[in-house]
Amino acid sequence: MGRGLGGRVTSGGSRDAVPGAGPPKMAVCIAVIAKENYPLYIRSTPTENELKFHYMVHTSLDVVDEKISAMGKALVDQRELYLGLLYPTEDYKVYGYVTNSKVKFVMVVDSSNTALRDNEIRSMFRKLHNSYTDVMCNPFYNPGDRIQSRAFDNMVTSMMIQVC
Amino acid sequence: MEAAGAAAAAAAAAAAGGGCGSGPPPLLLSEGEQQCYSELFARCAGAAGGGPGSGPPEAARVAPGTATAAAGPVADLFRASQLPAETLHQITELCGAKRVGYFGPTQFYIALKLIAAAQSGLPVRIESIKCELPLPRFMMSKNDGEIRFGNPAELHGAKVQIPYLTTEKNSFKRMDDEDKQQETQSPTMSPLASPPSSPPHYQRVPLSHGYSKLRSSAEQMHPAPYEARQPLVQPEGSSSGGPGTKPLRHQASLIRSFSVERELQDNSSYPDEPWRITEEQREYYVNQFRSLQPDPSSFISGSVAKNFFTKSKLSIPELSYIWELSDADCDGALTLPEFCAAFHLIVARKNGYPLPEGLPPTLQPEYLQAAFPKPKWDCQLFDSYSESLPANQQPRDLNRMEKTSVKDMADLPVPTQDVTSDDKQALKSTINEALPKDVSEDPATPKDSNSLKARPRSRSYSSTSIEEAMKRGEDPPTPPPRPQKTHSRASSLDLNKVFQPSVPATKSGLLPPPPALPPRPCPSQSEQVSEAELLPQLSRAPSQAAESSPAKKDVLYSQPPSKPIRRKFRPENQAAENQEPSTAASGPASAATMKPHPTVQKQSSKQKKAIQTAIRKNKEANAVLARLNSELQQQLKEVHQERIALENQLEQLRPVTVL
Repeated sequence: MGRGLGGRVTSGGSRDAVPGAGPPKMAVCIAVIAKENYPLYIRSTPTENELKFHYMVHTSLDVVDEKISAMGKALVDQRELYLGLLYPTEDYKVYGYVTNSKVKFVMVVDSSNTALRDNEIRSMFRKLHNSYTDVMCNPFYNPGDRIQSRAFDNMVTSMMIQVC
Repeated sequence: MEAAGAAAAAAAAAAAGGGCGSGPPPLLLSEGEQQCYSELFARCAGAAGGGPGSGPPEAARVAPGTATAAAGPVADLFRASQLPAETLHQITELCGAKRVGYFGPTQFYIALKLIAAAQSGLPVRIESIKCELPLPRFMMSKNDGEIRFGNPAELHGAKVQIPYLTTEKNSFKRMDDEDKQQETQSPTMSPLASPPSSPPHYQRVPLSHGYSKLRSSAEQMHPAPYEARQPLVQPEGSSSGGPGTKPLRHQASLIRSFSVERELQDNSSYPDEPWRITEEQREYYVNQFRSLQPDPSSFISGSVAKNFFTKSKLSIPELSYIWELSDADCDGALTLPEFCAAFHLIVARKNGYPLPEGLPPTLQPEYLQAAFPKPKWDCQLFDSYSESLPANQQPRDLNRMEKTSVKDMADLPVPTQDVTSDDKQALKSTINEALPKDVSEDPATPKDSNSLKARPRSRSYSSTSIEEAMKRGEDPPTPPPRPQKTHSRASSLDLNKVFQPSVPATKSGLLPPPPALPPRPCPSQSEQVSEAELLPQLSRAPSQAAESSPAKKDVLYSQPPSKPIRRKFRPENQAAENQEPSTAASGPASAATMKPHPTVQKQSSKQKKAIQTAIRKNKEANAVLARLNSELQQQLKEVHQERIALENQLEQLRPVTVL
């Protein structure tokens, strides 16, 4: 994805990430919502008003539910996990992803990150999903608890925009 | 080795502490002298744990103790002073070592002072030491430390000092010769500092001694003037560098391991000390793994591991984090190396070590698998352990500390796995045995392997799940016995017979006398008869309760076998109960013969049932009897009052007649 020969990140245009750094840091807010629509994990870049992001994530849940129900029960198996752009706002874009156990991942990215491509978002969701699976594999984690795994935190941090 | 090192360090520290205080009362030691003497004493005392040394006859015998200097080094030291033998004799006599039989600090200091005096040409007298003297010079054998190197095999710990002793400027050439001499004598000896011609030099020499380094009081190590000599020393020291440095490293690592115990983070060359698994730990972890999962090459499921680790009483977030660290492949199950890593992390955490940010390299599964090949049910396992033992000897104390805590933990899973408890304890005992025997891995290993070989079958049978254990525990209960043996139901008819008349008896107030004796379970056929007899007895008026009871007792006594049983109505339960087996045994002995082999278990369980019913009935009877008793008591009171009234009347009447 990212690394050019010179070690510069070439995919996508301008980005705030340090060139040659690891995976692109793009998201402004990442949230994991449980099946019952309460947050298992939510993290946003600290500079912004976190409440705003919480609100955005919350409102996006409606859209997620809409998309899920739109498929119908017959299509559950064929339903794609990646939901795509849920709704754009002036400043932000919200993407959604839902697992087969109805755990939702919501990601808010900055609209100014115009060069963010869809498959990048997909890969980020895939990473989120993998990390979430690892968290679930931990026998000390009870489904429904808040996620307090350091590995998960690290992974999410790697995906968030690094605010210097 | 370790003990010697520890003793050396301890003795050195103690001696240093003691020496720095004040010299023996009669002696007035200057500061330099004090330090020098304390150093020398420390060295001599430190080598006390080492080999005996070939002390010349003039050396006093040394009492085994950390506060005494060994005869060998002392003697060598004295010889190094190049004083004639008889002078040394005198000195030892004067210092009192001969008197007390050992070289304590006092004696040692006095001796040193006397040596100084002698070397200065003063007569060897106690008075000589009262004056200011230069420090004693020890020429031939360099410093004391080197003397010990004469017995490299014995004085292991002292070898540490070898590379660090410096030489004296003036005597450097002499030292060369002496070194060469010394080297010819004992190739492993290293050249050491030699004869100090000036106190300050000498003073620094012992301070640059390895022991001070061991004590990590390295402030005065390698004073500048000596650094120049170091390279000169090294050529001579190179020969001894080989054997010397290795034990030096060992000692240093041991000391470092001690410091690691005290400090959480040791930034020495062994940063992984707390994360390194030793042999004993490894064995213990493996055993625990086996207790959870008989097959060592498979893995433990998450729930099983969770239950196991939860017993460590660490908080769930911490356990969760430890799991994250140790489950490298994030599959929700722990293989053996992962399990060992997790266990080790738990142990470390319980001992206060903060959890690392990432899995330490020594705990990586690949490393663990490489260092400790997967356990197999044969001796190869332990052979590999013994091979990797030297590499992992360093944090021994730490791990002993951990081991105790781990053992505490081990006690937790033991109670819950009763089936494997015996195995575990036996294994633990083997671990305990293996612990103190550092060298005797071999005898321990066959034992372990044998025990382990004996274990697998039991382990494969003994499941780890508690349910199976419970099921197994439930197996012994036998099927209920067939009725004919105890005739529980059949005899209950008798019971009913017994009860029914007794019930009206109680209701009518014809209460049985309070039982005086506990019923004796004497089954006999006459019980029924005696029961029938008892009934009419019990139906007598309660007013005769007091009299009837003894009468009944007599009656009862007259019919010894079952009378006491009879006395209680309710205990008739038990009587009936006893009757049951009795009738079962005796009455229908024919029945018994008819069915010669009703299983014992059936009998026992049937008897148990019968006993339980009897117990119930007894309890009921007890309750009823208690009520009866209270009523009787009231009646007794009334009767007493009547009697008193009657007596009063009698009294009133009597005087009339007596007149």
